[in-house]
Amino acid sequence: MNIAVLAKQVPDLVEGVEIDAGGKAVDPTSIRYILSESDDHALEEALLLKERAQGRVEVFSLERGEVRDTLCTALAKGADRVVMVRTGLDTPPDNHTAAKMFASLLRGLAFDLVLTGVRAIDDLDGSLGGLLAGYLSLPYVGLIRKVEISSDGGTVVVEKEYPGGYAAELEVRLPAVLGIQAAEQPPRYVPVSRLRQVMKTGTVEEQLASPPPAEPVGVERLFKPEEGAGAAMLSGSPDEVARQIVNLLSERRLLR
Amino acid sequence: MANNVLVLAEHFQGHVTDITFELLGKARELAPALGGSVGVALLGHDVGGLVSKLGAAAVVYAADRPELREFTPDAYAAVLGIAVAHASPRVVLLGSTSVGLDLLSLLSARVNLPCIDNCTAIKFQDGGLVATSQIYGGKLFAEVLLTQRTTLIAVAPGMFPAEAGRVSGKPQVVQIPHALVAPEPRTSFRRWIEPPPGDVDITKVPVLVSIGRGIKNAENVPQAQELADLLGGAVSGSRPVIDQGWLPKTRQVGKSGMTVKPKLYLALGVSGAPEHVEGMRGAELIVAINTDPQAPIFSVAHYGVVADVFDILPSLTEEIKARQDTSAA
Amino acid sequence: MDTLQPQVTPEKPGVIFPEIAQIPELFRTCIQCGVCSGSCPMGEVMDFSPRKAAKMIADGRFEEVVSSNTPWLCVACHTCQVRCPSQLLIPDGLFPALRSAVMAEGKPMEQDLQKALQNTYLYGNPMGQSPRKRAEWTKTAGVPVPIISQIKRPVEVLWIVECYPSYEPRNQEISGKLARILNALGVDFAILGHEERCLGDCEWLAGERGLFEMLIERNIEILGKYRFKEILITDPHAYRTLLNIYPKLGGTFRVKHYVQFLAERLGQLKPLLNKKPSAAVTYHDSCCLGRKTGHYDEPRALLQAIPGVKLVEMIQNRESALCCGGGASTIYLDRYIQDRAKDRLADRRVQQAAATDAGILAVACPYEPARFEDAVKITGNEEKLVVRDIIELLAESMELV
Repeated sequence: MNIAVLAKQVPDLVEGVEIDAGGKAVDPTSIRYILSESDDHALEEALLLKERAQGRVEVFSLERGEVRDTLCTALAKGADRVVMVRTGLDTPPDNHTAAKMFASLLRGLAFDLVLTGVRAIDDLDGSLGGLLAGYLSLPYVGLIRKVEISSDGGTVVVEKEYPGGYAAELEVRLPAVLGIQAAEQPPRYVPVSRLRQVMKTGTVEEQLASPPPAEPVGVERLFKPEEGAGAAMLSGSPDEVARQIVNLLSERRLLR
Repeated sequence: MANNVLVLAEHFQGHVTDITFELLGKARELAPALGGSVGVALLGHDVGGLVSKLGAAAVVYAADRPELREFTPDAYAAVLGIAVAHASPRVVLLGSTSVGLDLLSLLSARVNLPCIDNCTAIKFQDGGLVATSQIYGGKLFAEVLLTQRTTLIAVAPGMFPAEAGRVSGKPQVVQIPHALVAPEPRTSFRRWIEPPPGDVDITKVPVLVSIGRGIKNAENVPQAQELADLLGGAVSGSRPVIDQGWLPKTRQVGKSGMTVKPKLYLALGVSGAPEHVEGMRGAELIVAINTDPQAPIFSVAHYGVVADVFDILPSLTEEIKARQDTSAA
Repeated sequence: MDTLQPQVTPEKPGVIFPEIAQIPELFRTCIQCGVCSGSCPMGEVMDFSPRKAAKMIADGRFEEVVSSNTPWLCVACHTCQVRCPSQLLIPDGLFPALRSAVMAEGKPMEQDLQKALQNTYLYGNPMGQSPRKRAEWTKTAGVPVPIISQIKRPVEVLWIVECYPSYEPRNQEISGKLARILNALGVDFAILGHEERCLGDCEWLAGERGLFEMLIERNIEILGKYRFKEILITDPHAYRTLLNIYPKLGGTFRVKHYVQFLAERLGQLKPLLNKKPSAAVTYHDSCCLGRKTGHYDEPRALLQAIPGVKLVEMIQNRESALCCGGGASTIYLDRYIQDRAKDRLADRRVQQAAATDAGILAVACPYEPARFEDAVKITGNEEKLVVRDIIELLAESMELV
């Protein structure tokens, strides 16, 4: 069972994102990058599948920000091989471009499953997994919360999330691409001492990908929502605010 | 000339879902300005009875086959691709949902058409069409100028009024030619997994005290419960709170949880990411408390307080008790 | 007594960060007397009490202990460690080794604790807040709070504010008040601001040796950039770690907790204290200031200096004080512990305070206000007790608020 995981570095919202002077892109100097949360789940699910099926997990990530940290963490967690993909691009590619690059990288390689997070916070033009499946003519299911490999290794049974707590159980013939929403258990912890050891002794391979001709998404401008636009802001001491809120509730007969 | 608008209809357990009407309403607004008409793609099995609900459209592109009874991305993408080719739309509108999200990317790559996700607004500007998308958990918006090619757009639920799309009528029905080349689908539906019977159905409760990561840890849930009890409501939460195990899944509000429309929605320490807001924006009165003045929740709340939940909560609880005591006296 | 001397409990000689395999040798002198188990406030709830766990490890039965609930229930109150006749390192040695072993095996961890550790790795604080916002609290302090990298000169006192006092709203207020007190005393001080990172007490006791080493390396480097006579610290956990553990790894500094620092300046402080407190006061000896470093008199001296104060003692005080249950990173394990224990230590402690005449429960540790205020509500003592840090009581009496 050979599993590929596509990991994307995204801006860390804790550090905030600022718009650059041109107004059409995010200011790269303001950003610190971390692994996209649902990709972390994709990696965790891949590792769980590897443990159950004696498989092999390879992680690919486009060069962006502190990607070596992310890839070394994946190694420390149990990935068999990690690859940083160099693109030579000045700015991070959109998902269509990234998917085309990964498609040419993975085409012809014997992966049974490609797992990636169902969405990343900076997605604008669809999700990487779905696009990749389209370019590789593979089946795709997104919003997955559980994956089970069949005994003959030819199919997987997945649970796909729906609103209201519903889920659909689907069977998918391999090879396939899956968009992971949540792994079956929270992403595992790596003790820092182990991570530091892997950073010294582990291997992060590098591969080159040639970007396809660009058809970028035409972002005209980026803007922040007006602060509090929509909400009438209440202020004062906690007691004063409480009184204001309770007045609102009382007006609407919400107090018993 | 591609100037029509094609909407993908979604249905669940025999009913057309709200997102479909929201998209149809928007389509009705866009199509005339484009000089085209509204088409809707209806895929499923034994869904003929739903056609009359789709009166907002001029044409229904239908594919009614056993293998389409339940949504599977592969089969639906193949059929929808044919429908798109027939409908010559300027834009294809899908919901940013469990169905629409899979189809958006899969189809975009297969038929080589551009796509945009998380859309919150579509308008004409300077002679072109501009779609606005919400990114970075709602902290930023991007305005995208559509190219001349047919564009697939996934719209966040709850963005457009459903009323505008609820029109009965008799649209023309066109059968989508049989598309499937592969004899067997690579993806098959096995069964629905129902949510476990919950303690409280948060969709039926008039007041929700909803907690987000801002309440810091599970120890603080009882304070929210106390407030909910005083107001005759229940405690609900955003996805991170459920993932952390502080509340059961039945209390989740948002994309893969419940959509709620209570009389009062108190958002405590909830940042207001789109996946959450989608589930509660219809509440009658939304009051949000958050330490971050730029929290997206303030864009959807009616009233907001920039403060620590634990500064306000005790005062709020006291004030309610006092007010209820005096009214009882 | 005319001079205040801390009864400093010298750090026991021993191995920092023992591996679980080293425990049998380190615990060779354990006589299995059971004083540890008898003293442990969590002893009844542990699958294996400290005494039993020590014996099992000595017998090589690592796996049983590592997979039990024992590793995660120690709150590092040190009651066992100060009483152990063989002076063994129990919360400082055995428990970090057990926790480290759990993590090394890749067993699932309590998500709150995992998040706290990951946040500390990424942002230098367990809350997961941006380091750039570490000095935000100074904006509402009401007095200037110099940041040493900006004033670019040596200072008398470098005040290490630490994570909770910097980021947690209830504690940010207290930090502001201390700034005002220092200002009123004319102390030449500065803070590190956004360069400050967690000193690592929680991380070390949680068994995250690698993370602690990373923090200590970085902190020693940062502190080495600046010149100051002494370090002032508000967080007792960080105080104790900086006082006793950092020197073993190359970082020796003159460090004082605020109770010590202000008690030294009592002559200058006393005339500034005007207002009488609103009720009688009882003082909670936190474990790090009390059993671990012996500062029992200074906090009491500060409280006694407030005009008209009436100071009463709880039934367990000084060396026998009851822990609030948050030490050794168990502040992130509240849910885990609550699922297993029949009552919360903080609730028990608050009941002890409520049993005295006091209306004010005085504390000197940033964990306490939130924990005890919650406990006051849960035990239904809201009419009876308020929780105040000594800094707040001093500032109120000085009318600086």
